Amino acid sequence: MSDEVTLDLNEAKSFLTDRRKLLKGAGSAAIGISLLGLTACGGGKKPVPGGPEEALVNFYNWDTYIAPTTLADYKAAKGISVKMTNFANNDELFAKFKAGNPGYDVIVPSNDFVERMVKANMLEPLDMAKIPNFKNIDEAYRDVSFDPGRKFSMPYTWLVLGIGYRKSKVKTVPDSWKVLFDSDEYKGRIALLSEAGDLFRLYAKYLGNSVNEVTPELIKQIEAMIQKQKPNIKSFHSDNGQDLLEQGEVDLVMEYNGDIAQKMAKNPDIGFIFPKEGSQLNADNLCIPKNAPHPNNAHAFINYLLDAEVSKKISEEIQYPTPNAAGKALMPESYKNNPVIFPPADVLAKCEYASFNETIQPLFEETMTRIMAS
Amino acid sequence: MEDYRKDKSVFAAVAGTPLFWLLIFFVAPMAIVWAYSFGTNAGLADIEISGTFSNYAKAFDPLYLKIMAKSVAVAALTTLLCLIIGFPVALAINFVAPKWRPWFLLAVMLPFWTNLLIRTFALMKVLGTQGYANNTLGWMWEQASWLKTVTGLQPLSTWEPLPLLYNNFAVVLGLVYVHLPFMVLPLYAALDRLDKSLIEASLDLGAGHMRTLRKIVFPLAGPGILSGLIITFVPALGAYLTPDLMGGTDSQMIANVIERQFKRANDWPFGAALSFLLLYATFILIAIQASRAKKLEGRT
Repeated sequence: MSDEVTLDLNEAKSFLTDRRKLLKGAGSAAIGISLLGLTACGGGKKPVPGGPEEALVNFYNWDTYIAPTTLADYKAAKGISVKMTNFANNDELFAKFKAGNPGYDVIVPSNDFVERMVKANMLEPLDMAKIPNFKNIDEAYRDVSFDPGRKFSMPYTWLVLGIGYRKSKVKTVPDSWKVLFDSDEYKGRIALLSEAGDLFRLYAKYLGNSVNEVTPELIKQIEAMIQKQKPNIKSFHSDNGQDLLEQGEVDLVMEYNGDIAQKMAKNPDIGFIFPKEGSQLNADNLCIPKNAPHPNNAHAFINYLLDAEVSKKISEEIQYPTPNAAGKALMPESYKNNPVIFPPADVLAKCEYASFNETIQPLFEETMTRIMAS
Repeated sequence: MEDYRKDKSVFAAVAGTPLFWLLIFFVAPMAIVWAYSFGTNAGLADIEISGTFSNYAKAFDPLYLKIMAKSVAVAALTTLLCLIIGFPVALAINFVAPKWRPWFLLAVMLPFWTNLLIRTFALMKVLGTQGYANNTLGWMWEQASWLKTVTGLQPLSTWEPLPLLYNNFAVVLGLVYVHLPFMVLPLYAALDRLDKSLIEASLDLGAGHMRTLRKIVFPLAGPGILSGLIITFVPALGAYLTPDLMGGTDSQMIANVIERQFKRANDWPFGAALSFLLLYATFILIAIQASRAKKLEGRT
């Protein structure tokens, strides 16, 4: 009896000290839970490379980020069902994959998270022979700093942060970050993004720095500026700024161009501008996570999404800039020449991708916690 | 009838399933999170269980203590408001004719059957700048202004919508709205058990209504009030959704900070330590309640 107990204790001890085992345990627990939602993800079954796969793709995408018919069209064309689930932000995506792939085949991380997930060995290298539609992609997006040589990611959309505003409530067009960051002109009528990294990087941009040159000293300076500006800010929103603007909660909001463009199509009183100081570029990418249960289908589905016609239908719906040159060519002038969707060249020249910075990221979050605590 | 003291197999068969469930879905995950709280980040995705106490030390940084204190204050205010609003409601339900009581109880419980998220969004629709509350008040303001001009007075100044959403007021209002049933139901149960003839006796012997409440009802309903307080305070302390959706720039509570550690900050060990501190605080409260309830029951 006592022997049995010691044995169990030893096992428990080794279980606790061996972090790989622990993570695996956590991973299988997570899979167990997500199995309820994703019945077909096949937690235990190892895919046979090159072998036949179940006719299914588990797609983890942003909300409102695909055309309403894309998935049904794919099923009709290729006989493969796509099961789509949504995530709200990159952090949610990353947290889900931290303890192992819960069963997804295709995911859509942003540029800095592609970097981060490659570093954490979470992404599967792409087999370019299976993605011939890569030829549709605009030259400018074929080789990017966050994924040199496009080994792990295919471009899906790109986006730029700017200022959405209600035309009837502003005296002049708010063409500078100053109105949001450093002025009481619109007291109580502005909302900023709650994403600490984006907020600090854009403050740095406003102060004349590169978004990738944020130092701890600069963070201190920015913290003081946000504290001073806080009484003028109505809320830090979680990427629902377009709704706050539409509902009349605020009159100026820091938001992505596509989100505002969707609202502008319905409401002529809503406007959008890229501030003159420049902004931060983001790109969302199609990737295959490690241990995807259906890697062949995943490649085929990514290739399908890069098709010109398919890409056109998606752009029509989501109103985000597309890196797909062939798809863009099929779009009407009202999209191609829309200054909200495609920023003018001089503005674009002042925009940068934010790269992932492992050491500064925790400082962003801690500072944000402090800002929201006072 | 089998006696479980004699036949252990029957007991095992009955208790086995829930115990197994508890072990797999509660004890085991909690143990993993508990182990994380003594860990450090090793790379982006791996956590090394190094046995460090640094996460707990960090939790006692003034920054996090301040947020904890604020959460306690908000939860306490919520609980107090629930008691002030809930007690008369529970008392009233007790005094209506028995055949109507289930309907009133149903009215209290009905919101419970609606998802918290939906209730919160509905409340946000009411409180917004262009929400129903502000629109109604604005309309009344205009009517009053019109009445004044009719009677030859100066009209009122233009209506400015009240800031009802995205501030601390909204958070407390939302929490009270959500947690009121937690208070009313235990209070109702406690008052229901109370011997009504004692109240009649008190009134017969010349005590006023307030005095009867103070000297008879409150002491006898003591354990019920206490469990109502705890049952409201504990979930209010860990509230996440309400401050997240309805709060302003300074409304974060401890649960929001914990969420940030698991997502944006990618610091699971610190998040785990904060979660367990919150859990310990809850355990202490429940222990206090249990011992107080025993004492109160011993007295009667």
